Amino acid sequence: MALEKLELEHVPSTYHIYGALFRDVANTEFLQQQLLSRNSEFEYAFIDASSVISRLHLLSAVYSAVNVSLDGTLRTPNVHSEIVVSFNTNNNIADAYRRWGITPGKTKDLIVIKVVSPRQFTAQDQDEATTQQQQQQQAICDHLRQHVQGTPAPLTDAELTQATDWPKVRKYYRLNGVPALDRLADEHERRRQMESLAIMGMALRGL
Amino acid sequence: MATAQTEFPPPKVLTYPASAPPTLITQGAEGRLYKTTHLLPDRPCALKYRPPKPYRHPILDARLTKARLSSEAKVLERCRREGVPVPAVYAMDPAAGWMMMEWIEGIPVRMGINEWLGERSDGEEEEGAAAAVETDSARQEEADETTTTPLVDLMKRIGAAVGALHRTGVVHGDLTTSNMMLRPPPSQGGQVDGGTAGEEKEDKAKVLEGDVVLIDFGLATQSMSDEDRAVDLYVLERAFASTHPRAERLFATVLASYKDTFKKASSVLVKLADVRMRGRKRSMLG
Ligand SMILES: Nc1ncnc2c1ncn2[C@@H]1O[C@H](COP(=O)(O)OP(=O)(O)OP(=O)(O)O)[C@@H](O)[C@H]1O
Ligand SMILES: [Mg+2]
Repeated sequence: MALEKLELEHVPSTYHIYGALFRDVANTEFLQQQLLSRNSEFEYAFIDASSVISRLHLLSAVYSAVNVSLDGTLRTPNVHSEIVVSFNTNNNIADAYRRWGITPGKTKDLIVIKVVSPRQFTAQDQDEATTQQQQQQQAICDHLRQHVQGTPAPLTDAELTQATDWPKVRKYYRLNGVPALDRLADEHERRRQMESLAIMGMALRGL
Repeated sequence: MATAQTEFPPPKVLTYPASAPPTLITQGAEGRLYKTTHLLPDRPCALKYRPPKPYRHPILDARLTKARLSSEAKVLERCRREGVPVPAVYAMDPAAGWMMMEWIEGIPVRMGINEWLGERSDGEEEEGAAAAVETDSARQEEADETTTTPLVDLMKRIGAAVGALHRTGVVHGDLTTSNMMLRPPPSQGGQVDGGTAGEEKEDKAKVLEGDVVLIDFGLATQSMSDEDRAVDLYVLERAFASTHPRAERLFATVLASYKDTFKKASSVLVKLADVRMRGRKRSMLG
């Protein structure tokens, strides 16, 4: 499987962000249980892919969480839970977990994001840092392969759009009866606008 | 620009690495505007930053900054959902004083009109000082430039954009031709060099092409009142007259097109007459 290293603009180079997609995950119950019991080996953001529109949508949530982590203003226990909460347009945390988090019996395709923040690094120089980073990436990859029972897939728009449950997403981002969307005939353009409105709703969370 | 950036430290968010260094676009009284990127190197964005004001109490200052950015973002969201042409908001950190929004390609309408009219367009406002010595031929040429379709068309698009804005219940608060962008049609590759003139005849017709996109909602408010809307139009009318004195009479076209955009538009235009009258009285007193 491929664990992708995600590069985002305006993120300190000491932060390493990884992402993966698994289709048809069979052990969602086990995975959720690890989060609930705060198993420190499972510090991941588990995201239900059916609530995600695109890669850009996903990266927006990741960036938002990293930014509050840099500010030191996390509202949830850690950067991973913060990613899940960042998808929401309001501050209802329980709601966000239910909608974007992992739900046994419902979640089928799963996005996994791992953020490794600076304090977990001890490297003295650039070479050593690179080596450490690569080892870390491999370790995360192995760990996921071992514990997530699903089919790995690349984190591309092509894969992500297949998983999107549009009626659900439209509800979460209040995209029904929106004049700007209703006047668009072209389906591709409509999706682009829905993505844009979703990202905007997230940016304005709780305002 | 490098000096500007050392003199005024950028927001913390812009000190983290990105594929290209941010560019300071404007340094206003209230805030600064940078061109940078959102998430990916090929996703340009405008970052609006309101730096802390040292003369204000820090808690009050933070609260004011947050309130202003939030209100600007909310107005933009409302406009986007209603289909009014404004930039989308990409990300924001009201407590840190910044907001990233969609980068609108193209040039400000002011620059487009000035280029079209062959005036200076080096960014200096002309503030009504158009002391043009006109010869007969210059006047004739001017008549051509201000009555031909591309400019009239642009006036219609401006009226329609402002009408769409008002229809959704938003007044802009600072309508000028600098606070409107002329976004070139995507068929052009989406890239127009910010104002390098010296174009061929064909290119001249293109200078006024594109969608009118309203920007700078820092002073916008949600309002449905005829009075507020009329003041918006009046501000634009005055700004237009001083920035583009040679095209002043074309403003009627803006209003005519505005009138067609929503039902209550005609009562706004009636109110505009009152507002003009008051404005004139005030300037006679002042
Ligand atoms: N979204 C955008 N895309 C491209 N350019 C922009 C965008 N927003 C602003 N600009 C450019 O930056 C300039 C200044 O932006 P803006 O008017 O929003 O802020 P400001 O000038 O600081 O506010 P004020 O006009 O109240 O002083 C604009 O005239 C325009 O050239
Ligand atoms: Mg401005």
